[in-house]
Amino acid sequence: MKRTLIASLFALAATSALAQVTVKDPWVRATVPHQSATGAFMQLSSPADAKLVSASSPVAGVTELHVMKMEKEIMKMRPVTSIAIPAGKGTELKPGGYHVMLMNLKQQMKEGDTVPITLVVEGKDGKRETVEVKATVRPINAPATGGDHGGMHMKH
Amino acid sequence: MTPLRSLCALAAALCVALAGCDGSAPNFNGTDLTGADWGRDFSLQDPDGRTRTLADFRGKYVLLFFGYTQCPDVCPTALVRAKETKDLLGADGQRVQVIFVTVDPERDTPELMRDYTAAFDPSFLGLRADAEGTKRVAKEFKVFYEKVHEGASYTVNHSALTYVFDAQGRLRLALKHTQTAEEYAADLRALMKQSS
Repeated sequence: MKRTLIASLFALAATSALAQVTVKDPWVRATVPHQSATGAFMQLSSPADAKLVSASSPVAGVTELHVMKMEKEIMKMRPVTSIAIPAGKGTELKPGGYHVMLMNLKQQMKEGDTVPITLVVEGKDGKRETVEVKATVRPINAPATGGDHGGMHMKH
Repeated sequence: MTPLRSLCALAAALCVALAGCDGSAPNFNGTDLTGADWGRDFSLQDPDGRTRTLADFRGKYVLLFFGYTQCPDVCPTALVRAKETKDLLGADGQRVQVIFVTVDPERDTPELMRDYTAAFDPSFLGLRADAEGTKRVAKEFKVFYEKVHEGASYTVNHSALTYVFDAQGRLRLALKHTQTAEEYAADLRALMKQSS
Protein backbone atom coordinates (compact mmCIF):
# COMPACT_ATOMS: atom_id res chain seq x y z
CA MET A 1 0.00 0.00 0.00
CA LYS A 2 2.73 2.40 0.99
CA ARG A 3 4.67 1.39 -2.03
CA THR A 4 1.67 2.06 -4.24
CA LEU A 5 1.23 5.45 -2.67
CA ILE A 6 4.83 6.29 -3.38
CA ALA A 7 4.48 4.91 -6.88
CA SER A 8 1.40 7.01 -7.45
CA LEU A 9 3.08 10.10 -6.07
CA PHE A 10 6.04 9.40 -8.26
CA ALA A 11 3.81 9.03 -11.26
CA LEU A 12 2.03 12.27 -10.46
CA ALA A 13 5.26 14.12 -9.84
CA ALA A 14 6.75 12.84 -13.07
CA THR A 15 3.59 13.73 -14.90
CA SER A 16 3.06 17.26 -13.73
CA ALA A 17 6.49 18.30 -14.90
CA LEU A 18 6.03 16.90 -18.37
CA ALA A 19 2.43 16.73 -19.39
CA GLN A 20 -1.06 17.59 -18.42
CA VAL A 21 -2.09 13.99 -18.35
CA THR A 22 -2.04 12.46 -14.88
CA VAL A 23 -2.13 8.81 -13.97
CA LYS A 24 -3.64 7.36 -10.84
CA ASP A 25 -3.57 3.87 -9.33
CA PRO A 26 -1.58 2.16 -12.07
CA TRP A 27 -1.49 -1.60 -11.56
CA VAL A 28 -0.55 -4.77 -13.37
CA ARG A 29 -2.13 -8.17 -12.83
CA ALA A 30 0.36 -10.72 -11.53
CA THR A 31 1.26 -13.72 -13.67
CA VAL A 32 2.30 -17.30 -13.02
CA PRO A 33 5.59 -18.64 -14.45
CA HIS A 34 5.54 -19.06 -18.25
CA GLN A 35 2.48 -16.88 -18.64
CA SER A 36 3.52 -14.50 -21.40
CA ALA A 37 0.93 -11.75 -21.22
CA THR A 38 -1.00 -9.66 -18.74
CA GLY A 39 -2.86 -6.38 -18.50
CA ALA A 40 -2.03 -3.01 -16.98
CA PHE A 41 -4.79 -0.79 -15.66
CA MET A 42 -4.90 2.83 -14.46
CA GLN A 43 -6.93 6.00 -14.30
CA LEU A 44 -5.98 8.67 -16.81
CA SER A 45 -7.08 12.26 -16.56
CA SER A 46 -6.30 15.48 -18.32
CA PRO A 47 -7.58 19.06 -18.08
CA ALA A 48 -7.56 19.26 -21.90
CA ASP A 49 -8.63 16.66 -24.45
CA ALA A 50 -5.83 14.21 -25.05
CA LYS A 51 -5.33 10.64 -26.10
CA LEU A 52 -3.10 7.78 -25.16
CA VAL A 53 -1.37 6.66 -28.35
CA SER A 54 1.12 4.06 -27.18
CA ALA A 55 2.77 2.41 -24.22
CA SER A 56 5.96 0.50 -23.64
CA SER A 57 7.65 -1.28 -20.78
CA PRO A 58 11.03 -2.92 -20.29
CA VAL A 59 9.28 -6.02 -18.89
CA ALA A 60 7.42 -6.71 -22.14
CA GLY A 61 8.64 -7.43 -25.64
CA VAL A 62 5.46 -5.98 -27.05
CA THR A 63 3.04 -3.52 -25.50
CA GLU A 64 -0.30 -2.66 -27.09
CA LEU A 65 -3.44 -0.76 -26.25
CA HIS A 66 -6.42 -3.10 -26.20
CA VAL A 67 -10.13 -2.91 -25.68
CA MET A 68 -12.35 -5.69 -24.40
CA LYS A 69 -16.01 -5.87 -25.27
CA MET A 70 -18.76 -8.34 -24.53
CA GLU A 71 -21.00 -9.00 -27.50
CA LYS A 72 -23.78 -11.54 -26.99
CA GLU A 73 -21.81 -13.33 -24.26
CA ILE A 74 -18.72 -13.44 -26.43
CA MET A 75 -15.61 -11.74 -25.12
CA LYS A 76 -13.86 -9.82 -27.86
CA MET A 77 -10.49 -8.24 -27.49
CA ARG A 78 -8.66 -6.19 -30.07
CA PRO A 79 -5.86 -3.66 -30.33
CA VAL A 80 -6.79 0.00 -30.69
CA THR A 81 -4.65 2.80 -32.09
CA SER A 82 -5.50 5.23 -29.31
CA ILE A 83 -7.58 5.72 -26.19
CA ALA A 84 -9.31 9.07 -25.77
CA ILE A 85 -8.86 11.01 -22.53
CA PRO A 86 -11.70 13.56 -22.54
CA ALA A 87 -10.96 16.86 -20.77
CA GLY A 88 -11.97 16.80 -17.13
CA LYS A 89 -13.67 13.40 -17.40
CA GLY A 90 -10.70 11.17 -17.91
CA THR A 91 -10.67 7.50 -18.79
CA GLU A 92 -10.24 4.47 -16.62
CA LEU A 93 -8.34 1.53 -17.98
CA LYS A 94 -9.92 -1.36 -16.10
CA PRO A 95 -10.98 -4.97 -16.50
CA GLY A 96 -14.04 -4.98 -18.74
CA GLY A 97 -12.80 -2.14 -20.94
CA TYR A 98 -9.50 -0.68 -22.04
CA HIS A 99 -6.15 -1.94 -20.89
CA VAL A 100 -2.49 -1.78 -21.72
CA MET A 101 -1.57 -5.27 -22.89
CA LEU A 102 1.90 -6.39 -21.88
CA MET A 103 2.97 -9.26 -24.13
CA ASN A 104 6.05 -11.41 -24.61
CA LEU A 105 6.82 -10.85 -20.95
CA LYS A 106 10.49 -11.16 -20.09
CA GLN A 107 9.85 -12.07 -16.48
CA GLN A 108 7.10 -13.20 -14.14
CA MET A 109 5.02 -10.36 -12.71
CA LYS A 110 5.14 -10.90 -8.97
CA GLU A 111 2.77 -9.36 -6.49
CA GLY A 112 4.21 -6.17 -4.98
CA ASP A 113 6.74 -5.60 -7.75
CA THR A 114 6.88 -2.28 -9.52
CA VAL A 115 6.61 -2.19 -13.29
CA PRO A 116 7.80 0.87 -15.19
CA ILE A 117 5.53 1.80 -18.09
CA THR A 118 6.11 4.67 -20.47
CA LEU A 119 2.95 6.18 -21.92
CA VAL A 120 2.90 8.39 -24.98
CA VAL A 121 0.05 10.88 -24.95
CA GLU A 122 -0.99 13.28 -27.64
CA GLY A 123 -2.71 16.62 -27.13
CA LYS A 124 -5.25 18.17 -29.45
CA ASP A 125 -2.44 20.07 -31.15
CA GLY A 126 -0.81 16.77 -32.09
CA LYS A 127 2.07 17.37 -29.72
CA ARG A 128 3.28 14.20 -28.05
CA GLU A 129 4.67 13.78 -24.59
CA THR A 130 5.75 10.83 -22.53
CA VAL A 131 4.50 9.97 -19.06
CA GLU A 132 6.51 7.63 -16.89
CA VAL A 133 4.36 5.39 -14.72
CA LYS A 134 5.33 3.00 -11.95
CA ALA A 135 2.64 0.37 -11.79
CA THR A 136 2.27 -1.95 -8.82
CA VAL A 137 1.73 -5.64 -9.42
CA ARG A 138 -1.51 -6.75 -7.76
CA PRO A 139 -2.38 -10.39 -7.08
CA ILE A 140 -3.49 -12.48 -10.04
CA ASN A 141 -6.87 -12.79 -8.36
CA ALA A 142 -7.32 -9.04 -7.81
CA PRO A 143 -10.98 -8.15 -8.31
CA ALA A 144 -12.07 -6.34 -11.44
CA THR A 145 -12.60 -3.03 -9.71
CA GLY A 146 -9.74 -0.61 -10.03
CA GLY A 147 -8.59 1.76 -7.33
CA ASP A 148 -11.00 4.19 -5.76
CA HIS A 149 -12.16 7.32 -7.48
CA GLY A 150 -11.46 9.82 -4.74
CA GLY A 151 -8.14 10.25 -3.04
CA MET A 152 -4.69 8.83 -3.30
CA HIS A 153 -5.35 5.97 -0.94
CA MET A 154 -6.39 2.53 -2.04
CA LYS A 155 -9.07 0.23 -0.78
CA HIS A 156 -8.43 -3.44 -0.34
CA MET B 1 -25.72 -22.90 13.76
CA THR B 2 -23.29 -20.12 12.99
CA PRO B 3 -24.81 -16.80 11.92
CA LEU B 4 -23.53 -17.34 8.38
CA ARG B 5 -25.05 -20.78 8.13
CA SER B 6 -28.38 -19.61 9.44
CA LEU B 7 -28.28 -16.76 6.94
CA CYS B 8 -27.66 -19.27 4.18
CA ALA B 9 -30.52 -21.40 5.43
CA LEU B 10 -32.74 -18.34 5.48
CA ALA B 11 -31.73 -17.44 1.94
CA ALA B 12 -32.41 -21.00 0.80
CA ALA B 13 -35.79 -20.95 2.51
CA LEU B 14 -36.54 -17.66 0.79
CA CYS B 15 -35.62 -19.16 -2.58
CA VAL B 16 -38.02 -22.00 -2.00
CA ALA B 17 -40.71 -19.56 -0.87
CA LEU B 18 -40.24 -17.45 -3.99
CA ALA B 19 -40.46 -20.50 -6.19
CA GLY B 20 -44.06 -20.90 -5.19
CA CYS B 21 -46.10 -23.08 -2.87
CA ASP B 22 -46.58 -25.87 -5.36
CA GLY B 23 -42.95 -26.93 -5.19
CA SER B 24 -42.30 -25.94 -8.80
CA ALA B 25 -38.73 -25.39 -9.98
CA PRO B 26 -37.01 -22.37 -8.51
CA ASN B 27 -36.37 -19.31 -10.62
CA PHE B 28 -32.71 -19.54 -11.46
CA ASN B 29 -30.56 -16.51 -12.17
CA GLY B 30 -29.01 -18.50 -14.99
CA THR B 31 -30.66 -19.93 -18.08
CA ASP B 32 -32.19 -23.34 -17.35
CA LEU B 33 -30.65 -25.88 -19.72
CA THR B 34 -32.09 -28.97 -18.05
CA GLY B 35 -32.67 -31.67 -20.64
CA ALA B 36 -30.48 -30.11 -23.32
CA ASP B 37 -29.29 -32.60 -25.94
CA TRP B 38 -25.84 -31.00 -26.03
CA GLY B 39 -23.15 -30.26 -23.50
CA ARG B 40 -23.39 -33.86 -22.30
CA ASP B 41 -19.77 -34.74 -21.77
CA PHE B 42 -16.17 -33.92 -22.51
CA SER B 43 -12.91 -35.80 -22.79
CA LEU B 44 -9.97 -33.59 -21.90
CA GLN B 45 -6.51 -33.84 -20.37
CA ASP B 46 -5.65 -32.64 -16.90
CA PRO B 47 -2.18 -31.17 -16.18
CA ASP B 48 -0.91 -34.68 -15.31
CA GLY B 49 -1.93 -35.91 -18.74
CA ARG B 50 -4.85 -37.99 -17.48
CA THR B 51 -8.04 -38.04 -19.52
CA ARG B 52 -10.95 -36.60 -17.59
CA THR B 53 -14.66 -36.83 -18.35
CA LEU B 54 -17.74 -35.59 -16.53
CA ALA B 55 -18.16 -38.99 -14.90
CA ASP B 56 -15.02 -38.25 -12.85
CA PHE B 57 -16.91 -35.50 -11.07
CA ARG B 58 -20.09 -37.36 -10.04
CA GLY B 59 -21.28 -36.06 -6.73
CA LYS B 60 -19.84 -32.62 -7.46
CA TYR B 61 -21.53 -29.56 -8.84
CA VAL B 62 -19.34 -28.58 -11.75
CA LEU B 63 -18.79 -25.01 -12.91
CA LEU B 64 -17.33 -25.23 -16.40
CA PHE B 65 -16.06 -22.34 -18.48
CA PHE B 66 -13.71 -21.67 -21.33
CA GLY B 67 -10.90 -19.15 -21.68
CA TYR B 68 -7.15 -18.80 -21.99
CA THR B 69 -4.38 -17.70 -19.69
CA GLN B 70 -3.11 -14.78 -21.78
CA CYS B 71 -6.51 -13.18 -21.35
CA PRO B 72 -6.00 -10.20 -19.03
CA ASP B 73 -9.57 -9.50 -18.21
CA VAL B 74 -12.54 -11.84 -18.54
CA CYS B 75 -10.78 -15.05 -17.55
CA PRO B 76 -9.22 -13.87 -14.28
CA THR B 77 -12.54 -12.21 -13.47
CA ALA B 78 -14.39 -15.49 -14.10
CA LEU B 79 -11.93 -17.40 -11.93
CA VAL B 80 -12.14 -14.82 -9.13
CA ARG B 81 -15.93 -15.05 -9.28
CA ALA B 82 -15.79 -18.85 -9.17
CA LYS B 83 -13.64 -18.62 -6.05
CA GLU B 84 -16.04 -16.12 -4.45
CA THR B 85 -18.96 -18.36 -5.35
CA LYS B 86 -17.29 -21.32 -3.69
CA ASP B 87 -16.55 -19.25 -0.59
CA LEU B 88 -20.12 -17.93 -0.42
CA LEU B 89 -21.38 -21.51 -0.25
CA GLY B 90 -19.41 -22.17 2.94
CA ALA B 91 -19.09 -25.90 3.63
CA ASP B 92 -21.13 -26.67 0.50
CA GLY B 93 -18.35 -25.06 -1.50
CA GLN B 94 -16.53 -28.39 -1.11
CA ARG B 95 -19.21 -29.90 -3.33
CA VAL B 96 -18.26 -27.58 -6.19
CA GLN B 97 -15.63 -28.39 -8.80
CA VAL B 98 -14.44 -25.51 -10.96
CA ILE B 99 -13.11 -26.49 -14.38
CA PHE B 100 -11.36 -24.06 -16.72
CA VAL B 101 -10.96 -25.29 -20.31
CA THR B 102 -8.49 -23.52 -22.55
CA VAL B 103 -9.42 -22.42 -26.05
CA ASP B 104 -5.73 -21.66 -26.68
CA PRO B 105 -4.02 -25.05 -26.23
CA GLU B 106 -1.14 -23.89 -28.41
CA ARG B 107 0.10 -21.51 -25.72
CA ASP B 108 -1.58 -22.99 -22.65
CA THR B 109 0.69 -25.88 -21.76
CA PRO B 110 -0.32 -28.35 -19.02
CA GLU B 111 2.16 -26.72 -16.61
CA LEU B 112 0.81 -23.27 -17.30
CA MET B 113 -2.77 -24.48 -16.83
CA ARG B 114 -1.84 -26.01 -13.49
CA ASP B 115 -0.08 -22.91 -12.16
CA TYR B 116 -2.73 -20.58 -13.49
CA THR B 117 -5.79 -22.27 -11.99
CA ALA B 118 -3.98 -22.98 -8.71
CA ALA B 119 -3.23 -19.26 -8.36
CA PHE B 120 -6.97 -18.72 -7.89
CA ASP B 121 -7.77 -21.82 -5.85
CA PRO B 122 -5.80 -25.04 -5.44
CA SER B 123 -8.93 -27.10 -6.09
CA PHE B 124 -9.58 -25.56 -9.51
CA LEU B 125 -8.81 -27.77 -12.46
CA GLY B 126 -7.45 -26.66 -15.82
CA LEU B 127 -8.23 -28.97 -18.73
CA ARG B 128 -7.02 -28.94 -22.31
CA ALA B 129 -6.96 -30.93 -25.51
CA ASP B 130 -5.15 -30.73 -28.82
CA ALA B 131 -6.51 -28.44 -31.53
CA GLU B 132 -8.98 -31.09 -32.76
CA GLY B 133 -10.15 -31.99 -29.27
CA THR B 134 -10.63 -28.32 -28.45
CA LYS B 135 -12.80 -27.92 -31.55
CA ARG B 136 -14.85 -30.95 -30.50
CA VAL B 137 -15.48 -29.83 -26.94
CA ALA B 138 -16.32 -26.29 -28.08
CA LYS B 139 -18.86 -27.70 -30.54
CA GLU B 140 -20.43 -29.93 -27.90
CA PHE B 141 -20.83 -26.96 -25.56
CA LYS B 142 -21.79 -24.45 -28.25
CA VAL B 143 -18.74 -22.42 -27.39
CA PHE B 144 -17.57 -19.93 -29.96
CA TYR B 145 -13.87 -19.12 -30.16
CA GLU B 146 -11.66 -17.57 -32.77
CA LYS B 147 -8.07 -16.51 -32.91
CA VAL B 148 -7.69 -12.89 -33.85
CA HIS B 149 -4.42 -11.95 -35.50
CA GLU B 150 -4.13 -8.26 -35.02
CA GLY B 151 -1.19 -6.39 -33.68
CA ALA B 152 1.97 -8.24 -32.72
CA SER B 153 0.41 -11.36 -31.26
CA TYR B 154 -2.99 -12.97 -31.26
CA THR B 155 -5.92 -12.81 -28.91
CA VAL B 156 -8.79 -15.24 -28.68
CA ASN B 157 -12.38 -14.09 -28.78
CA HIS B 158 -14.53 -16.58 -26.94
CA SER B 159 -17.88 -17.28 -25.28
CA ALA B 160 -17.90 -16.25 -21.66
CA LEU B 161 -20.77 -18.32 -20.27
CA THR B 162 -20.32 -20.56 -17.24
CA TYR B 163 -22.08 -23.91 -17.36
CA VAL B 164 -23.35 -25.60 -14.22
CA PHE B 165 -23.73 -29.37 -13.89
CA ASP B 166 -25.55 -31.09 -11.06
CA ALA B 167 -24.13 -33.91 -8.97
CA GLN B 168 -25.42 -36.45 -11.50
CA GLY B 169 -23.36 -34.82 -14.23
CA ARG B 170 -26.35 -33.30 -16.02
CA LEU B 171 -26.04 -29.87 -17.65
CA ARG B 172 -28.46 -27.63 -15.76
CA LEU B 173 -27.64 -23.94 -16.13
CA ALA B 174 -25.71 -21.32 -18.04
CA LEU B 175 -24.73 -18.18 -16.17
CA LYS B 176 -23.52 -15.00 -17.77
CA HIS B 177 -20.26 -13.16 -17.31
CA THR B 178 -22.15 -10.11 -16.10
CA GLN B 179 -23.76 -11.99 -13.20
CA THR B 180 -22.36 -11.80 -9.70
CA ALA B 181 -20.89 -14.43 -7.40
CA GLU B 182 -24.02 -14.02 -5.24
CA GLU B 183 -26.21 -14.94 -8.21
CA TYR B 184 -24.00 -17.91 -9.03
CA ALA B 185 -24.04 -19.09 -5.42
CA ALA B 186 -27.83 -18.73 -5.16
CA ASP B 187 -28.30 -20.96 -8.22
CA LEU B 188 -25.93 -23.57 -6.85
CA ARG B 189 -27.75 -23.53 -3.53
CA ALA B 190 -31.05 -23.99 -5.34
CA LEU B 191 -29.68 -26.95 -7.29
CA MET B 192 -28.26 -28.53 -4.13
CA LYS B 193 -31.58 -27.96 -2.39
CA GLN B 194 -33.47 -29.70 -5.21
CA SER B 195 -31.50 -32.88 -4.92
CA SER B 196 -31.27 -33.04 -1.13
